[in-house]
Amino acid sequence: MDIIATLKELCLTSGFATISVQQLIMLGVAVVLLYLGIVKQYEPLLMIPIAFGMLLANLPLAGMTDEGGLLYYLSKGVSWNIYPCLIFMGVGAMTDFGPLIANPSSLFLGAAAQLGIYVAFTVANLLGFSPAEAASIGIIGGADGPTAIFLTNNLAPHLLPAIAVAAYSYMALIPIIQPPIMKLLTTEEERQIKMEQLREVSKTEKIVFPIVVTLFTALLLPSVAPLLGCLMLGNLFKECGVTDRLSDTVQNALMNIVTIFLGTSVGAKAVGETFLQFSTIKIILLGLFAFAFSTIGGLLLGKLMCKLTKGKINPLIGSAGVSAVPMAARVSQIVGQKANPSNFLLMHAMGPNVAGVIGSAVAAGFLLTVFG
Amino acid sequence: MATLEHMSLADSLLVSLLGICVVFFVLILISFFIRIISKILSVGAKKAPAAAPVAASAAPAAPAADPNKVPAPGSLGEIKLFDVDDQTAAMVMAIVADELKAPLNELRFISIKERKKD
Repeated sequence: MDIIATLKELCLTSGFATISVQQLIMLGVAVVLLYLGIVKQYEPLLMIPIAFGMLLANLPLAGMTDEGGLLYYLSKGVSWNIYPCLIFMGVGAMTDFGPLIANPSSLFLGAAAQLGIYVAFTVANLLGFSPAEAASIGIIGGADGPTAIFLTNNLAPHLLPAIAVAAYSYMALIPIIQPPIMKLLTTEEERQIKMEQLREVSKTEKIVFPIVVTLFTALLLPSVAPLLGCLMLGNLFKECGVTDRLSDTVQNALMNIVTIFLGTSVGAKAVGETFLQFSTIKIILLGLFAFAFSTIGGLLLGKLMCKLTKGKINPLIGSAGVSAVPMAARVSQIVGQKANPSNFLLMHAMGPNVAGVIGSAVAAGFLLTVFG
Repeated sequence: MATLEHMSLADSLLVSLLGICVVFFVLILISFFIRIISKILSVGAKKAPAAAPVAASAAPAAPAADPNKVPAPGSLGEIKLFDVDDQTAAMVMAIVADELKAPLNELRFISIKERKKD
């Protein structure tokens, strides 16, 4: 046995000898994302699986994304739209729609905060993206990861890694992105407004709500049924009071398992040829643009509602209309409390916040119907 | 429209306008449904106390609810406050609910007492 020849062959067939520049850069990107997830704690539950999936997919000769590889099969859950819907089921099981039912006007704010989706869609069209790609980029403004993944996978799957990374990064950066816009668009007096306590919502209302919303929205916009149907099923598990075990499983075990699969699969789609392009930078910038305009939309309607109700609504709760539950509501609470330390806006902001989840799903359903 | 390579500014503005209108339309209708359901259920709830005396006479052993003891809004049961005003108590309860990730009306607060510094 020729030891030298064997060692030489081992070296030549190793990843070190065959790694390309693109793969090296992608491994660098994966390490940066891991740093952001672990050290800066930017949405770590998803950022870390995404980054590690990216790392695994860009290892030369490992073939993990090739047919027969582990990530190839795991990715089927994304391409068949299974994971985003299951994540939505978990989100539904963790969401309390009580503040929304107590104050149905919150839904208007959830609708206005989808403005960024359409502004980014229009700008993306102007920048030369196809309408389907522009719609996928625009949905970043919905600040809803599963919805963004669901729509992009249906309209522009080649943009999925860039859009998923942008969506989750900006969701983590909401406490940095939103406050300057909130302070710019509201006066000190408006930020100090205290809102009346919300009424108590009965159990029956909470049980009827997911059933009615599913029936109505799915009949009106059938393309939205997978997302909203799962969201409301999870919520019904939580509220009906007779499926505590299912609710617990969906909120914890299922949610955690699907989060691992979804993150790793999305990351695995980020290979050098598709990710390292100028369009990725454009998508990331457009995502920020979409987030900013969604915040502006919610705040402007909040100001209008403040005027119409003669100061009964604090406009700051409008910015919570971007989904990102509960981060956006917490930002409303923090900014409101800075203006008036005895102000407590969290429960009021939760209404527009959960309305934003429904609003972004409806916006995705509309775009899917038009461009799907 | 799905096969389009590019879309003119006028068309994309039109789609955007239509899109935001659809979102508003759906959410306004949902809010309308919520109001109707809440009205129906509140009418049902008002009728229920009227039937209560009949039920009470049928089951005299059951303890009667004290009409003066109305549960604190947004929480379960009553709460005793010691040297704490209502606003502070509400804030404390909301913070606890937020930290526990549990709806306020599923938590029971027995009492809130301000601890004085020595």
